[in-house]
Amino acid sequence: MAATEMLERLAQLEDERARSGGSARSLERHRTRGKLTVHERIELLLDADSPFLELSPYAAWGTDFPVGASVVTGIGVVEGTVVVVSANDPTVRGGTSNPWTLRKSLRANDIALANRLPLISLVESGGADLPTQSEIFLPGGRGFRDLTRLSAAGIPTVAIVFGNSTAGGAYIPGMSDHVVMIDGRSKVFLAGPPLVKMATGEDADDESLGGARMHAEVSGSADHLAVDEVDAIRLGRQVVRNLRRQAPLAPLPADAPLRPADDLLELAPIDLRQPLDPREVLACVVDGSRFDEHKPRYGDSLVTGWASIHGWPVGILANSRGVLFREDAQKAAQFIQLANQTDTPLVFLQNTTGYMVGVDYERAGIIKAGAQMINAVSNSRVPHLTVTLGASYGAGNYGMCGRAYDPRLLFTWPAAKSAVMGPAQLAGVLDIVGRQSAAAQGKAYDEEGAALMKDMVEQQIEKESLALFLSGRMYDDGIIDPRDTRTVLGLALTVVNHAPVVGVHDGWGVFRL
Amino acid sequence: MSKMITSLLVANRGEIARRVFRTARELGITTVAVFSDADSDAPFVRDADLAVRLPGASPAETYLRGDLIVAAALKAGADAVHPGYGFLSENAAFARAVVDAGLTWVGPTPEAIEAMGSKIEAKALMAAAGVPVLPSGSAEDTGFPLLVKASFGGGGRGMRIVRTAEDLPEALAGAEREAASAFGDGTVFCERLLERARHVEVQVFGDQHGTVVALHERECSVQRRHQKVVEEAPSPAVSAELRERMAEAAVTAARTLGYVGAGTVEFLLDGDEFFFLEVNTRLQVEHPVTEAVTGLDLVRLQLEVAQGARLPEVPELSGHAIEVRLYAEDPARDWLPQSGVLSTFEVPHRETFGWTGHGVRLDSGVESGSEVGVHYDPMLAKVIAWGASREVAARALSGALLRSRLHGLTTNRDLLVRILRSPEFLAGETDTGFLDRFDLEPALVSDRRPHLVAAALALAAAHRAGAPVLGGLPSGWRNNPTQPQRTAFVEGEVTYGQTFAVDGAPVGVVVVSASPAAVLLEVDGLLLSCAVAREGSNVHVDSAFGGTTHELLDRFPDPSANVAPGSLTAGMPGTVTRVAVSDGETVEAGQVLLVLEAMKMEHPVVAPAAGTVSGLSVQPGDQVATGQVLAVVVA
Repeated sequence: MAATEMLERLAQLEDERARSGGSARSLERHRTRGKLTVHERIELLLDADSPFLELSPYAAWGTDFPVGASVVTGIGVVEGTVVVVSANDPTVRGGTSNPWTLRKSLRANDIALANRLPLISLVESGGADLPTQSEIFLPGGRGFRDLTRLSAAGIPTVAIVFGNSTAGGAYIPGMSDHVVMIDGRSKVFLAGPPLVKMATGEDADDESLGGARMHAEVSGSADHLAVDEVDAIRLGRQVVRNLRRQAPLAPLPADAPLRPADDLLELAPIDLRQPLDPREVLACVVDGSRFDEHKPRYGDSLVTGWASIHGWPVGILANSRGVLFREDAQKAAQFIQLANQTDTPLVFLQNTTGYMVGVDYERAGIIKAGAQMINAVSNSRVPHLTVTLGASYGAGNYGMCGRAYDPRLLFTWPAAKSAVMGPAQLAGVLDIVGRQSAAAQGKAYDEEGAALMKDMVEQQIEKESLALFLSGRMYDDGIIDPRDTRTVLGLALTVVNHAPVVGVHDGWGVFRL
Repeated sequence: MSKMITSLLVANRGEIARRVFRTARELGITTVAVFSDADSDAPFVRDADLAVRLPGASPAETYLRGDLIVAAALKAGADAVHPGYGFLSENAAFARAVVDAGLTWVGPTPEAIEAMGSKIEAKALMAAAGVPVLPSGSAEDTGFPLLVKASFGGGGRGMRIVRTAEDLPEALAGAEREAASAFGDGTVFCERLLERARHVEVQVFGDQHGTVVALHERECSVQRRHQKVVEEAPSPAVSAELRERMAEAAVTAARTLGYVGAGTVEFLLDGDEFFFLEVNTRLQVEHPVTEAVTGLDLVRLQLEVAQGARLPEVPELSGHAIEVRLYAEDPARDWLPQSGVLSTFEVPHRETFGWTGHGVRLDSGVESGSEVGVHYDPMLAKVIAWGASREVAARALSGALLRSRLHGLTTNRDLLVRILRSPEFLAGETDTGFLDRFDLEPALVSDRRPHLVAAALALAAAHRAGAPVLGGLPSGWRNNPTQPQRTAFVEGEVTYGQTFAVDGAPVGVVVVSASPAAVLLEVDGLLLSCAVAREGSNVHVDSAFGGTTHELLDRFPDPSANVAPGSLTAGMPGTVTRVAVSDGETVEAGQVLLVLEAMKMEHPVVAPAAGTVSGLSVQPGDQVATGQVLAVVVA
C-alpha cells in the first residue's frame, strides 16, 4: 500500500527532526538555569492554538552540522499578526551560527521582506562557529543589513534577547526596531570582559558592559526590561499588538474539500513512474474541491485552472503526465500571463520529467516553447508557490518554478526527487559518452569498470535527488506531510497576500500561445 | 377591613415580591414595588407596575423602614400592603402603621403578630391553650443540650447550639450581638434541643368570619444553621392519624390568636410526639409545596381573606411536592455566602406552572446577569417539583437542578442534588440533624478531568473562531509538532492534540466535535455533551455529570501581582467587627485574628499556621473587599 509506505517515510522524517535540538545533557543544563527551550519560547510567543509553519526544519541534514542548523525559523501568529520568527537554539553548540544557520536565517529574512511580515528574533547565541568563520563572516553581514532594510521598507523588527547576543550578534538587537531584554539574563556588548581587558586594559564585568538593566536605563539599547523569560515574551507580544498591522482577509468562501486529506497518503507517489492525476490531488486540497480548468482539451500533459484555497483565489499549474510538450509549455506561458492580468497568485504542483526530446519535438520548436514558459514564469510578478509532488527533472523544474525561480515558498512531498535527469538516464548518458570517447580514441571500452562506474553514478545521483538531501541543502522550505498540503498552501497564500499582489501590467497584452 | 384591593404594594424584594406580583396580576391588581438602591436593577422592580425607591442599601435604611414604605404606598396609590416574609412581615408596629394609614394589611392582626412576636410569651400562651411545648427559658429550665434563640426574629440568625455549660456565655453573647444587628432587639432565650427531631409545620389559614383551617403539614427538617434547605409536603413521617392530631393542635393555636390570614404553626416531631415551636404570622418561604399538594394559590387566598372572603373547603392532599432553596453559598466552605454577578441562571422549569401538576416550578428573584449583593439573604430561587409520589418529585427536582446552568457564583446546587439522591433522604430519614451528618464536601462531578478537557477544547475552538487571521487552519497546527497544545487552569494544565492529559496524566477521552460553546467527548465509550461558557477567566462546563467552573491561569501572569505568603485575605466583602490580635503578637494555628461580618453572619478569620502577626491593616468598622489583605502571619 502506498499509504503505508508513505506513513513510514513520514515516521523517518519525524526521526530526523527529532535529532535537531541539543543533547539531553545540554537540554538538562539549559533547564536547570530556568530557561525555556527554543520551541517553548516560540510556543509561548504564538497566539494560543494558532498554527505555526516551521521553515527549513531539515536544514543541514547530511552535513557536518546538526539537523535544523541550531536555529528555528517559521511563520506564525502573534497577537493576530502573521510574523516570521527566527530563534536561536542555545542548546545546540551554544546557539552558535554555522554556514547553514546563516543560510536558514537569511532565508527567513527574505520571506519576511518579500511578504512584508514583521520579523521577531528570539536571540541567544554564542556568535559565529569560529572554525567555519570564513564561510560566515563576509556573507553574514547581510543579516544586519536585512534588519534595517526591513525596517526601512515599513516592516517592523522585534528582538527579544534571552541571553548572549555579543560581538556581531549585538547588532541583532542593535538593528531591530523594538528590543526586549531580561534583567540579569541578556548580555549585549561588542566585546566581553577579556577582550576589553586586552584592547584597553579596562576591568569590566558582563553586567556593566552589556547587562539588560544597563541597556534599559543607560545606553537606551533596550526598550523594555523584563523580569524573566515569560515576561519578556509578554512584552514582545505587547510590542506586536501595538504594531497594529491589519491581516488581509480572504475574499472567497473557505469551505473544506469534498475529498478527505487522508486520500493524499494513497495518491502521493512513492514510485515516480506511477502516473498521478493532479485533479485528484486538487480535489483533496482546494476549497469545495472546485477546480475550473483552463484549456482542458489542449496540452493535456499540464493541467491549468482556477481554484481557491482557504478562500484565497489561485491559478494552478500541475503536471499530469510527466513530460512537457510544446502545447503544454505554451499553455503554461499563456496561463501565467492570464494570472498576471488578474493579479492572481500561482501554485505550481511539480511532477515532471522534463521537456520532450527527440527529432520531431526539436523540429516542432520544443526549445522555443520551453523558453516561452520559462520566460513567463521568470517575469511573472504575482506570488508563486511551488510544491514538488513527485519528479522534478531537467528544465521542467525551471519551467515549473523551481528554486532558482524564486517561488515565495517551496515545499516538497516526502518521496519527491529533483535532478538534472533521472539517475538511470544520467548514468546511461555517461556510459554512451564514455563509449563514444573510447571509440574516437580507438581504445577498448572497459565494460567491467564502466558497469561499476555506472552503478556508482546511479547511486550517487539517486541519493542526491532525494527530498531529504535537497531539503538539507535548503533547496526547499521544508518537506511536508502530503495531508498538510491544503493547510500549508492556505497559510502560504495568507502570507503572500500580506504584500500587494500585482501582476505584470506594463507590457503587452496576453499572448495567445 | 374588607375593602376591595385594587393596588398592592409588596414591602419586600426578590422572589417573594415577584411571587406576590404574579398572583396580583392574575387578579387584575396593580402591583407596586419598593426597592433599595442595591436592587434598582432587580427583576422584581421591573415586574411591578409601579416602583418606589427607598434610598440606601442596608435593610435598616430601606426594607425595614416602615415609615418610608407606608409613604411609598400612599404615594403610589396602593390600597393594600403585602409584607412577604422576613423584613417587616412580623412587625406588629408596621402592621399597625399600615392599618392606621387607611390601607389593607395582608396578614394577621397586629395583636396576633404581637402575641407571637415574643417566642417566650408565645409558648406560654400555647402551653396555656393546651398545645404541647418544649421546656424553655433559662439554661436551668432546659438542661443541655440547648438552643439559644433570638426572641424576635427567625431564619436561624441569633441561634446557637450549646452542649455544655462552659460554652454558654460566649454563645449567649454571640447570639445577642447577631440578634441585635439583625432584628434590632438582642433578647435571647434557651430551649431544650431535641437532637433527632423532625421539623414539621402546619399551614393554617383563618378568615374574618372565624373560620380557621389547617392546610396539612410540611416537613422542613433538612436545615443548615436552622435555616431550611429542603422542604416538602406531606411529611414522610406523618401518618393520617398524626396529621389529624397536628392539625387539631395547629388550629387550636391559631384560634387562640383569633388568627386571620396565612400562618404557620411549627412543631418539633419526635416519633409521634410533637412540641410547639412557634407561630410564623406570615406566608412562609416554603408555601409553594403546600400549593402544589392542595392546588390552592395561597397568595390569592391571602388577598381574598383580606378582602373579607370566606375560606374554601380544605382540599385533599394530592401527590407529593418538594422544594429546595437554591443559595449563592459554598456549603463546603462553612456555607460562605457568595456575592457577585450571577452570569448565567437557567433552571429548566414550566413557565406556565399552575399551582399543581407534574413538573418543576421556579420562584426566583434573579435572572442571568443579576448581581447578588452583600446586603440581603443570598437565596437565589426556590425550585419546586410535584410528583405523584415523593420519589418522582425528588427525581424530577434533582434532574432539573442537574440540568440547570448556574454560572458566576458558587451555589449549593450540587449539595441539593446529592441530598435529593441520597438513600437517607429517599427513605424519608430526615431530621434536623440531617445535614450535620451529611458530607458537605464532595462536588457532584467527582472526576473533573473530562470537563477540564472540554473547557480547553472549547477555548481552543474559540481562539480559532476569533482569530483575525488563519482562523480556518486546524487548531494548533504544526508541521513539526514538538509539544502538545496547552491550557493552564488553576487546578491543572491540560495538554491536548492527538491525546489528552491533565498535569501530564493521560485522560482517556476522544473528541467527537468541539466548538466554542459545545464539546462532544467520548468518555469510556459514552458520549458526553458538554456546554461550555467563558466568563472572564472562568470557564463553566455543564454536562450530564453536573456543572463545574474552571479558572484559567493567565499565560502571562503579571509579575507584580504576587501576594506575600501567609497573607490572609477577605473571602468576601464585609465589615470588620472585631480585631482580636495586634501586630507582633504570636498566634497559634486556628486562633481567631479578627471577625468579619458579611451577609449578616460572623466570619472569623483564623491563623492558618502558628506564627507572628504582621501587617494588620484593618480595624473594627472597616469595610473590606474580596481579596483584600487583612493581615499577614509570618511563621
